[in-house]
Amino acid sequence: MSLMAGTLHVVEYNALIFRRIWRGSIAVSFFTPLFFLAAMGVGLGSLVNRGSGGVNGVPYLDFLAPGLIAAACMQTAAVEATYPILAKIMWEKTYDAALATPVTIADLIRGEVVWMTIRMFIVAAMFWIVMYLFGVGHSLESLLAIPASVLTGLAFATTTMAFTATRRNDSGFAAINRFVIIPLYLLGGTFFPIAKLPLALQALAWATPLAHGVALSRGLVLGNIGAADALLHALVPLAYFAGGLLFARALLMNRLAK
Amino acid sequence: MGDSNSLILARQLTKRFGDLTAVESIDFEVAKGEAFGFLGPNGAGKTSTMRMIGGVSPVTSGLLTIFGLDPATHGPTIRARIGVVPQADTLDLELTVRENLIIYSRYFDLSWREGARRADELLEFVQLQERAKDKVDELSGGMKRRLTIARALINSPELLLLDEPTTGLDPQARHLVWDRLYRLKQRGVTLVLTTHYMDEAEQLCDRLVVMDKARIAAEGSPRELIDKYSTREVLELRFPIDEQPPLDGKLNDLAERIEVLPDRVLLYTGDGDEAIAAVHRRGLRPETALVRRSTLEDVFLRLTGRSLVD
Amino acid sequence: MSVLTRRAAPLRVPTRSLHMVERNVMAYRHNWIVILSGFFEPVLYLLGIGFGLGSLVPAVSTGGHTVSYAMFVAPALMATSAMNGAVYESTSNFFYKLRYAKTFEAVIQTPIGVEDAAMGEVIWAVIRGCLYSIGFVVIMEALGLIASPWGGVLSILAALLIGFAFAALGVAITTFMRQWQDHELVTLALQPLFLFSATFFPITVYPTFLQAFVEVTPLYRSIHLIRGLTTGQIDATLLVDVLYLVLLGLAGVAVASVRLRRRLLK
Repeated sequence: MSLMAGTLHVVEYNALIFRRIWRGSIAVSFFTPLFFLAAMGVGLGSLVNRGSGGVNGVPYLDFLAPGLIAAACMQTAAVEATYPILAKIMWEKTYDAALATPVTIADLIRGEVVWMTIRMFIVAAMFWIVMYLFGVGHSLESLLAIPASVLTGLAFATTTMAFTATRRNDSGFAAINRFVIIPLYLLGGTFFPIAKLPLALQALAWATPLAHGVALSRGLVLGNIGAADALLHALVPLAYFAGGLLFARALLMNRLAK
Repeated sequence: MGDSNSLILARQLTKRFGDLTAVESIDFEVAKGEAFGFLGPNGAGKTSTMRMIGGVSPVTSGLLTIFGLDPATHGPTIRARIGVVPQADTLDLELTVRENLIIYSRYFDLSWREGARRADELLEFVQLQERAKDKVDELSGGMKRRLTIARALINSPELLLLDEPTTGLDPQARHLVWDRLYRLKQRGVTLVLTTHYMDEAEQLCDRLVVMDKARIAAEGSPRELIDKYSTREVLELRFPIDEQPPLDGKLNDLAERIEVLPDRVLLYTGDGDEAIAAVHRRGLRPETALVRRSTLEDVFLRLTGRSLVD
Repeated sequence: MSVLTRRAAPLRVPTRSLHMVERNVMAYRHNWIVILSGFFEPVLYLLGIGFGLGSLVPAVSTGGHTVSYAMFVAPALMATSAMNGAVYESTSNFFYKLRYAKTFEAVIQTPIGVEDAAMGEVIWAVIRGCLYSIGFVVIMEALGLIASPWGGVLSILAALLIGFAFAALGVAITTFMRQWQDHELVTLALQPLFLFSATFFPITVYPTFLQAFVEVTPLYRSIHLIRGLTTGQIDATLLVDVLYLVLLGLAGVAVASVRLRRRLLK
């Protein structure tokens, strides 16, 4: 079976499952940004703009929105790379069934990554549209925030997948959510600049892919980032993505090969 | 009302779910200390009847009293004195084996100390003391059933209701359960069970009713039922497939009753050996001929024209 | 065989509900890390949003007072945390028990009735919420975010009431659920509730016609209550909050009892 065919089957399978819930999913992908930008961007934003003249002169809504796109991709990755994958490994035994066919483990991983990319792309694109409707990011360059955010999400997708491959039950997922995803979400530069954190935490934040993804996305939407900086920021999530992929592959091979 | 010795009394007891009648106007009485059985195939109405006795399913019409009390008005009082082993496992998966028993004792308002004592006692009774600290989902089917029985006994009930207690268990587990139930009977606990296994009904029950399609078809002890509805012995003849010769009444005088089944012919007679000889004399050459005693399966066949196990 | 001597207890005895609480405590003894980490989250929000965002918002005026942003947001987070805890316990956890674990099937074979079981679950949810609230108040005191000396204690009581109201609501809603995906709808509905209940900004930010709408939502009333207590703004409107929550809770218990009875006793 060719490289494409195997991977494609995995993607098709996921798409088939998704067909049952796509309407709800799309609706959520639309209303979540709508609510967030209205409440935090505009509502809270009015306080920030009045109190500090925005964030370094940028209106709060403009500051917040691009960061939220990257963060949304991170959350999507965290959800998609935990429960569904463990279900396929352990409870539904989908992977076992797939491996009985010409599909290989490498195909499985590639297929899952492709599928997650598609999901995150939908999330990011919807978010971008809502952001556009709120009057932010009216430029061609701001469209690049979509791939930038997807890249950020991918960094979490593969690393989380590697983590999932080691799990025997779902108890670790709540911990990941509580101790990694949510802290990053709150303190990773989305809602307020990382510079406002204590120095030790700043260093920690900048070591994660989210901080760079947010900075990259923000810079592209606001149009105030140079190419060199953009590239540097993109390298961090890319590195996480690649590293995660290597680990995921090794761990899944170990787990599924009999 | 009723005989002071009858623990359970039912008169024209009926249960309907919308258009479906699960139990149609049945009468029965269970005396204190006996082992009473509801024998019948799946869907006969046995579980519905049990749920009504257990007070978890409201009676549609008719009379039902347990300990002389009406389950509709005295539900908690009745439930405090009975133990229930349901058909499907309802064990608490988040607790260990021992904890399941202890927390259940609390539901009956036993003290923690008393509950712990009873728990250990019962774990030994069902031979699960070594698994006391294990999580429930690590147990096999047979062990889970034994644990459920132990749990049903935590409040020292006067009456134990068991719905298909050994369905799905391997032979060894079944015999262990039967043994424990027999011991309980010896201690004076009244047992009411439902089953579709004739050997279980014959082994455990003092009296039973045969249920089919929401009604009671017959009532009596296993011995009485067999004597009444069947003969002492049965001759089973098997012919090669497609070669079952038309009997044309050739054997009619040999047996009291003849049942022609898809795969064999049953001759109900008082003397099986004599019947075999007669069959051969008539010129028939069956592949196998087996003489056995009548069972409740034969009773059921006679009463309903069907076998217990579909 | 000996028969248990029981005092005749035809009326619903509260102790029976407590057995459900005992069961939950027993189950969580295996899972205490979950309880502990559940506490971590609101604190994180407090530090991140309260102080992190607070660095961007110097002061907020609420009902005539001017307070720091952290002081404004903290009570909202506490109320939300009470709500989340109660809702989670009474929906996801409760639904799981109802549908899959058949925990209640076993319970109704005992003297414990359906109403007792439901009440027991609500009580448990409230207790859990209470634990989190106490922890939260301790942190708030330590960070100097409580204005009046009684504010802390009273807000713990308020959190209990909020927990009761949302737990009852949650149990009632769960009895309508058929499948696992339904509970995601609940999580979905909580999100806009969380964002728009004057959590992060005063209700005065809204145009007047929207304010009236927000004022009848349960989380807003909860936040208003605790915020009033911790910022020292005690007035008659707090009584409105209390009444609202009490009625909500009672309505939830009533609906839940009726539906559970119908569902379990077929």
